[in-house]
Amino acid sequence: MPVVPFDQALPHRIVIASDLHAARQVEEQVLRLTEAKGYSKECAFAIRLSLEEALVNAHRHGNRCDAAKKITVSFRIDRRRAVIRVSDEGSGFDPCCVPDPTCPERICLPNGRGIMLMRSYLDEVTYSPRGNEVQLVKERC
Amino acid sequence: MVDEQQPKLRIRRQGKVNVVELEDRKILEELLIAQLGEQLGSLVDAEAEPRLVLDFKKVEHLSSAALGILITLDKQVKGRRGKLALANIQPQIYEVFKITRLNKLFSIQDTADAAVQALA
Repeated sequence: MPVVPFDQALPHRIVIASDLHAARQVEEQVLRLTEAKGYSKECAFAIRLSLEEALVNAHRHGNRCDAAKKITVSFRIDRRRAVIRVSDEGSGFDPCCVPDPTCPERICLPNGRGIMLMRSYLDEVTYSPRGNEVQLVKERC
Repeated sequence: MVDEQQPKLRIRRQGKVNVVELEDRKILEELLIAQLGEQLGSLVDAEAEPRLVLDFKKVEHLSSAALGILITLDKQVKGRRGKLALANIQPQIYEVFKITRLNKLFSIQDTADAAVQALA
């Protein structure tokens, strides 16, 4: 059972065009909040890395790099934890079907490591039933 | 908006080895990563048996897309019977290599000098 339910309202919501430059500005906004709330450098590193991967996945795999589509980022950064949701307009995917990028036949492939990194660095990574929205949770440390 | 940021590289020759210092603190931008791949690829293509050290001393953040470029570069180097080594990787970044098990794929040395020695 996830610590943060997927239907819990989050105070900040930003809708951007599916564009990595715009995505990076949201990333910086989130990181400024973590800094203001006293998150450690290691914690901020984990959040930046994971949010970057989630935004790139939303743009590239979800919205197929279509700038006419939108990415929605909702978040709450408080003194206990960071909760960030990233959704795209794609048809979604089944996260259980993503192959292990460290297996011998995939280790030399140039892509497919984003979800693994998110899961390694965060306390929770959950997907909506449709699979077009991911929720990232990192306890403050 | 078009991002016109160019990857910053400082290249020096040490014997038969090109040592490339990555000057960017963050290797995240898709365009920057693509350009980095092109620039490093050109360096590899310019030599018959390229020997290349990438110095990560200044790098504090990188994405999985940057890892992808390194894998592609490694294939290019090996395709020309060359050698690639990575050096000066900060602990937080090294953890990314460990998680993805790419620390087993790449030759990773503590210092640029050690990496040059490893390629000798």
